[in-house]
Amino acid sequence: VSTVTVSFTAFPEHVRTARFIVASVARRAGVSEGLLDEVRLAVSEACSMAVRQHRVFAPAVPVELTLIEGDATFAVRVSDAVGREGHGDATEDLLELAGLSEVGALGAESPNGQRHPTDLGRSIDLGGPDDEGVVGGLRARERIGLAVIEGLVDDVQVDYSGDGVVLTMTWPLALDDDVDLDGAGSAPLGGV
Amino acid sequence: MRPSGVATDWPPELVSSPAHMRAFSSASMKRQLEDAVDLSLSTRSEGDRTVVVVGGEIDVYTAPKLREQLIDLVAAGNYHIVVDMEKVEFLDSTGLGVLVGGLKRVRAHDGSLRLVCTQERILKIFRITGLTKVFPIHNSVDEAVAATD
Repeated sequence: VSTVTVSFTAFPEHVRTARFIVASVARRAGVSEGLLDEVRLAVSEACSMAVRQHRVFAPAVPVELTLIEGDATFAVRVSDAVGREGHGDATEDLLELAGLSEVGALGAESPNGQRHPTDLGRSIDLGGPDDEGVVGGLRARERIGLAVIEGLVDDVQVDYSGDGVVLTMTWPLALDDDVDLDGAGSAPLGGV
Repeated sequence: MRPSGVATDWPPELVSSPAHMRAFSSASMKRQLEDAVDLSLSTRSEGDRTVVVVGGEIDVYTAPKLREQLIDLVAAGNYHIVVDMEKVEFLDSTGLGVLVGGLKRVRAHDGSLRLVCTQERILKIFRITGLTKVFPIHNSVDEAVAATD
């Protein structure tokens, strides 16, 4: 087992850095190229959630990112320091929040993908500060972020506690393959 | 951080051109990196439609810029917006939230917000969240501008 630990101040700009580091380490560990976009997106969601929580409740405390390369898996653990409880089932929450529960299940795209807008725009505005209070906004964003992660990643574990939330996502390594393991593909962050 | 190597996570413009790399002074490199970090936004009118061309990465850091752009456009009376996402390299749920917010604002004026996107990796997050049912997603700006329903 090999680990990389990154600790970063809860600034939004560092989420991009986190994506770079994780993608670089994941590639070197042997995660297949086809999974790297998924890894980037999931890490971005997890780090964004942590950063939002810290900025409100624990701005002086860094967010911790631990990358764990095992024999057959690559795991990313994002730990924040804001104690809170879970919000229930993220998928259900998203459907309800987005007003999509009558339209169909998550991921089930209509054949042409082009329907008239539902009432989503009226029910939430995740991009604006003007709808919900700070905490309500955080909860809504967290629900959506979790829904995306759970939709993307097969192996996700979320541990809520009074000390903070630890989100662990695990991907298989492509062991039998043609993945470039000699590090040539990891130039920008080869020193990490 | 250096713009060298292959198969990196850096944007292609930073790694693909030897001439480009030779031209890097520290100042130009800094500027390039800042450009890469930043979201690029440009707008133009096509008839009664306003096309917003978005490039780069839409995440928790850059999404506020896109949100401000959409708010400004609606405030200025542009209620039929086409967001061209073909040059977007990364999009997460923060960006989705901004687009949903934009949709909400134009709909308050009986307007429309259409997306142009053919990139599978970007479309994937719309599918995961079910938002393909919410946004009209087109294959080209021409198609989006011509769409009426």
